[in-house]
Amino acid sequence: MTQNVLSAFKGKVSASNYKNWIGVAPFFLFAILFIFLPSIRLFVDSFKDNNGHFTFANILQLFSEPYILNAYALSIKISAVTALGGAILGFLLAYSVTVGNLPKPMRSILITFSGVASNFAGVPLAFAFVSTLGRTGFITILFKDVFGLDIYQSGFNLYGFAGLSLVYMYFQFPLMVLIMAPALDGLKKEWREASENLGASAMQYWIYIALPVLLPSILGATILLFGNAFGAYATAYALTGGRIGIVTIQVGAQIRGDVLHNPGLGYAMAMGMVFIMAISLAGYSWLQAKTERWLK
Amino acid sequence: MTHLALTNVSKLFGDFAAVRDFNLDVEKGEFVSFLGPSGCGKTTTLRMIGGFEIPSFGNILIDGEDITNKAPNQRNVGMVFQSYALFPNMTVAQNIGFGLRVRKESEANIADRIKEMLSIIHLEGKAHSYPYQLSGGQMQRVALARALAIRPEVLLLDEPLSALDAKIRVSLRAEIRGIQQRLGITAIYVTHDQEEALSLSDRIVVMNTGKIEQVGTPFEIYNFPKTRFVANFVGSLNTADAEVVDVQQGLLIADGVLFHTAEGTKGRSVGDKVKMAIRPERFSFASEQKKANVIDATIENITFLGAVVRIEVKIGNANFNMDTFNNPFLELPKIGSQTKVTCSREAVLVLDD
Ligand SMILES: Nc1ncnc2c1ncn2[C@@H]1O[C@H](COP(=O)(O)OP(=O)(O)O)[C@@H](O)[C@H]1O
Ligand SMILES: [Mg+2]
Repeated sequence: MTQNVLSAFKGKVSASNYKNWIGVAPFFLFAILFIFLPSIRLFVDSFKDNNGHFTFANILQLFSEPYILNAYALSIKISAVTALGGAILGFLLAYSVTVGNLPKPMRSILITFSGVASNFAGVPLAFAFVSTLGRTGFITILFKDVFGLDIYQSGFNLYGFAGLSLVYMYFQFPLMVLIMAPALDGLKKEWREASENLGASAMQYWIYIALPVLLPSILGATILLFGNAFGAYATAYALTGGRIGIVTIQVGAQIRGDVLHNPGLGYAMAMGMVFIMAISLAGYSWLQAKTERWLK
Repeated sequence: MTHLALTNVSKLFGDFAAVRDFNLDVEKGEFVSFLGPSGCGKTTTLRMIGGFEIPSFGNILIDGEDITNKAPNQRNVGMVFQSYALFPNMTVAQNIGFGLRVRKESEANIADRIKEMLSIIHLEGKAHSYPYQLSGGQMQRVALARALAIRPEVLLLDEPLSALDAKIRVSLRAEIRGIQQRLGITAIYVTHDQEEALSLSDRIVVMNTGKIEQVGTPFEIYNFPKTRFVANFVGSLNTADAEVVDVQQGLLIADGVLFHTAEGTKGRSVGDKVKMAIRPERFSFASEQKKANVIDATIENITFLGAVVRIEVKIGNANFNMDTFNNPFLELPKIGSQTKVTCSREAVLVLDD
């Protein structure tokens, strides 16, 4: 009797399981076709030389070629700086249109702008900056004519580290705004009132309640921003024409380039990028587990 | 001695007066409820005591000290919110200790106080649980303990039970009252539930559209409502238009039927149009002719409500409800039959508008 009930129950479960899985099938199809298979190919090909023979040379080169190590360092530096900068700026902006007392229309203006700007990349973004902050850009000229200040003379260079970071910031902070605005909305008014009622200052409220509650979102968003910059290619390429040595551009040069043609090395470098992202994601999960232990 | 005093307190939101001319003196250790329908200004008044709203006019004093414009974190007033408002990132113990921690009390004192509060709310085993691991009733007990931990001069509770289910509501209500009495703390309790207000309070402030309708003990509010609003809002009520016939004898006429009232005609004159009110439970069948009002009635309908049987009777041309206790050994009258019902003079109320 129990047996019958059990097996009937089982049958039902597997039938409904099958139906439940249909909905996510396209996702798995995409994941297999465009993440899983390419990753395997990447992995396999990074152990091949130009003639398709097995080799460790590509992997070893990652750790011995100074220009490759520098490329990783530069990419990590740009990603970290723009992730932190974007996180701070984006957080402050999101704060001012949610918890802060800015008029309501400011919020929709900022959110709409952020939605557009966070997806602004590649040639159009590079062009926008070249025409404003390039050597003959509008703002560069304005500074020269009005204030007598040549920003390129004073060390600024749109096509170097500072310039590229500035350009990246343009899509980094809007992404932070988009992620943090709903998170800040999730802070309940009563928490603030309860803390004030118990004698806490606004500062104590932020330190003991609001920031700890927001920390998982802030960390997650910052890692996302890091990855966003780390994997960016088109913007840097359009801006510098491949003259800045970040990893993605070096990978591109190895795979597509005429001068430095060594796809195996390119794949190995891409593998390195995957590895670095995996480490930062692992670090994120660890931090998140620590900061989110009070969540279900 | 007056502990908490609100004098001529008003609150305007733009042109809209949420609270008007609110006057109330609360004694130390008293439990006072604000009772009224949604939107009548209860929360706004409570928030002014807590410092979350600043009165547009009037003053609020605690022990003679004017706190009208003090910031919330400068007052020593504990608040319990309807939504519990526990800090989700802190354990039960950390929530309870938060007020003392920001006051820079010693760790030893904080630990002692947390222990004491946990035992008061009977949640000793939950010290290290997070809010999401608690039931609604447990969360509200923690919120109560957190508010009490700072030894507030006044405890404010804004509909603390309305998010809970009926059974827990009744038991937690008794627990709140017990703790309040044991600690001798002054409490202001906002509710729209008359049963809650009647069962908990030393005094009830009945409010309507931003104004106080009546202040009194639950007994006074229920038995001697001063206004039509109070009479209708607290308990159920039969009302009828009536006219004063004889001031001396306290005689009213409603729909051709004479009613004797005890005090209702005081200060009025013959011919005055008044609103007469009688609570359903004050009627009974007239077995003996000892009461002042013995009235012919027709049974119109009978509803069985469990402990109470509600009988709708027609007196003159108006229908009245009459509540009697359910007695399984007494036969109920037949619908349509003629009978006599009675009520005392005191039961016949005359209401101000
Ligand atoms: N911050 C505010 N701005 C404008 N109107 C408000 C504000 N707070 C409350 N009100 C209005 O004041 C009235 C009383 O509200 P409230 O005190 O919350 O009522 P209650 O607690 O009795 O339900 C309501 O009509 C409400 O809409
Ligand atoms: Mg309210």
